[in-house]
Amino acid sequence: MDFRMDRRKLLLGALGAGAAATTGLRMPAYAQNAPIRIGWLATLEGPFATGGQDGFRCMQMLLEENNNQAGGRRIEVVRESSNAQADVALARARKLIEQDNVDMILGPLSGAEGIALRDYSRTLTGKTIINGSSGASDTTLRNPSPNFFRFNTDGTQWMAGLGNYVRRTLNVQEVAVVAGDYAFPYAQVFGFSLEFCRAGGRATYLWSPLGTTDYSSIIARIPRSAGALVVIHGGSDGLAFMTQYAQAGGNLPLIGGSIMADQSMLSARGPHRRLMVGMVSAGPIADVHDDPMWNDFVARYRRRWSNQGGFASPSIHGFNFYTAQQAALLALNEVRGDLSGNQAAFQRALSGLRFKNAMGADVHLDHNRQAVSDIFLNRIEERGGQAATVTFARAAQVNQTLGVPEAQFLALGAPSRDNTGCIATS
Amino acid sequence: MTGGLAATVVLNGLTLAALYFIVASGFSLIFGLMRTVNMAHGSLYMLGAYIGYAVFEPLYDQDVWWAWHAGILAGIASAAVFGVLMQATLLGWMQGQELRQALVTIGVSIIVADQLLAYFGGTSRQFFAPDAIFGSTQVPGVGRYPTFRLVQIGIAIAVGVALWLLLNKTKLGLMIRAGVDDRQMLAATGINVPLVSLAVFALGAGLAGLGGVIGSTAQPLVQGVDVRFLLTSLVVVIVGGMGSIAGTAIGAILVGLAEQIGQALFPTYSVILTFLIMATVLAVRPQGILGRPA
Repeated sequence: MDFRMDRRKLLLGALGAGAAATTGLRMPAYAQNAPIRIGWLATLEGPFATGGQDGFRCMQMLLEENNNQAGGRRIEVVRESSNAQADVALARARKLIEQDNVDMILGPLSGAEGIALRDYSRTLTGKTIINGSSGASDTTLRNPSPNFFRFNTDGTQWMAGLGNYVRRTLNVQEVAVVAGDYAFPYAQVFGFSLEFCRAGGRATYLWSPLGTTDYSSIIARIPRSAGALVVIHGGSDGLAFMTQYAQAGGNLPLIGGSIMADQSMLSARGPHRRLMVGMVSAGPIADVHDDPMWNDFVARYRRRWSNQGGFASPSIHGFNFYTAQQAALLALNEVRGDLSGNQAAFQRALSGLRFKNAMGADVHLDHNRQAVSDIFLNRIEERGGQAATVTFARAAQVNQTLGVPEAQFLALGAPSRDNTGCIATS
Repeated sequence: MTGGLAATVVLNGLTLAALYFIVASGFSLIFGLMRTVNMAHGSLYMLGAYIGYAVFEPLYDQDVWWAWHAGILAGIASAAVFGVLMQATLLGWMQGQELRQALVTIGVSIIVADQLLAYFGGTSRQFFAPDAIFGSTQVPGVGRYPTFRLVQIGIAIAVGVALWLLLNKTKLGLMIRAGVDDRQMLAATGINVPLVSLAVFALGAGLAGLGGVIGSTAQPLVQGVDVRFLLTSLVVVIVGGMGSIAGTAIGAILVGLAEQIGQALFPTYSVILTFLIMATVLAVRPQGILGRPA
């Protein structure tokens, strides 16, 4: 084939491109009919690959039900994937903003990624990031960013009520806590320990990096004196831990973190499932929850995804991403798709939203743009041959500081490996 | 560390070393004969594991007792076939150009990883071995210990002995050893060296596939294990000495123990210990513990 670029063609091409660029520059200000571009960022790789997939499923379902429209404008979605590492999430977010030119990002999924995107959002004008499913507490609690919104509760909030339940109702004196060594488990451990240690409990902490596959030495270090085991792993880390714990013949009563007692774990096959029946956990959702809104959500999810790899019931990540998409659509409808003025009206609408999430719980944002909502205590039971989490208690409108006055809560310091929140005061 | 914990951690290290040995011995074998740094070795591990799983799962659902064994055979066979194809179509004709081969195998590994992700998705999978070797066993001084991890040591020893016999007692082994020393002289004696290369590639890749199924019985099979096992194989053969089976065994034991002891003592930084060993070996004995000077 003869296809040569000569000087004339090059010049013509350059002129054409120039013309397109100048008209392109003028276009968006006038065109309310241009589609709204939303970037979806979740983990399709790495330890939380199944959770990320489920996030996309739930958002896609909601968009389809709205005919891919909000505020009278069409919505265009650009999907991106990270692997639960902060640097990768940041690079993909940059790509979404700079190359794909999206108006807002819904994501990311994992704790440290959320903090990285919060910092990135501060460098952006006229763009909004709505958190997907990441649950580190410092993402919004310390040094919040004006255009970063989180409509899901965080890892600390998710543990509301669990520490007291384990200490007082189950009457356990001492627990061993196994947890991932990064921002999200820090938040979960903090929330659990705060209550548990205040109620007079003692805890040993065993940390391991995200992505660990061999937990046998961690399992060997679980103290014999522990009366229960608190497992704050999730994704493939959680699966590896539980499988190896089962193989090692472990038999302590189990307390689960919010992403442990979840469909992304219960739907994977293996010996861990037998062990997990009876596990008590806390979090923003449960598979079995007697609320018409939730039952409707689960029914829609099953209808849409049961033949396409969906879980028996939506996962926590699916639920969180769904909530973020809900908020984005509600705010877009409120401002009739108007994203002009650096999205000021849109962001104001987001801040003022009050709605019910899929669990039927009220959601609103605090002054840090962090959700206040309901938390549930769950137990894993066999339901129709399948393990499922079932709610048995509810803490209404839990805020980010678990009811502790904010100044006092902040004085406890940021959750970390060395700051577990285990402070006995009584 | 108390005595019981120390014993457990050492046993953990040895069982992990067994897995590393199975995978890295194939890597070392291929390098030893062909000087090919096969950067797709981790992909062979993952490919074997996933294809083994695709065979295993439907059989397991029907409760067939040999489901796991079929998975192992499928894993070995698929990795071996893929290895042979790679040598025959890509690497064979760029023999001796090490950099080019390394780059090509990196390319292959990226393609394989993405194809596996597209086909199998991100869900974690795991093989379930027959009940007889899947529970826990009482080990003196340690207590209850996962039986399968002990079986892993047995498999690694069997692989080591078989490799030793093959290399030292068979005609193929004789040809391979001669090829390691001087490829051109071997060809000059009338031996079809490309054919020997294919056999070695099949063997090395098959070992990666075996490692894939064994490893995915002990730990979950997830996307991304290819990079982990490639890195581990590299470290193991660098420490032990390129091309030496005994060196690979020593390297695997050192790395396995370092990982587990590190995890027990300072989990967050355990990975440093592994690289510290590698750096020390490279500084003191660049050719590896049992490697011969180049």
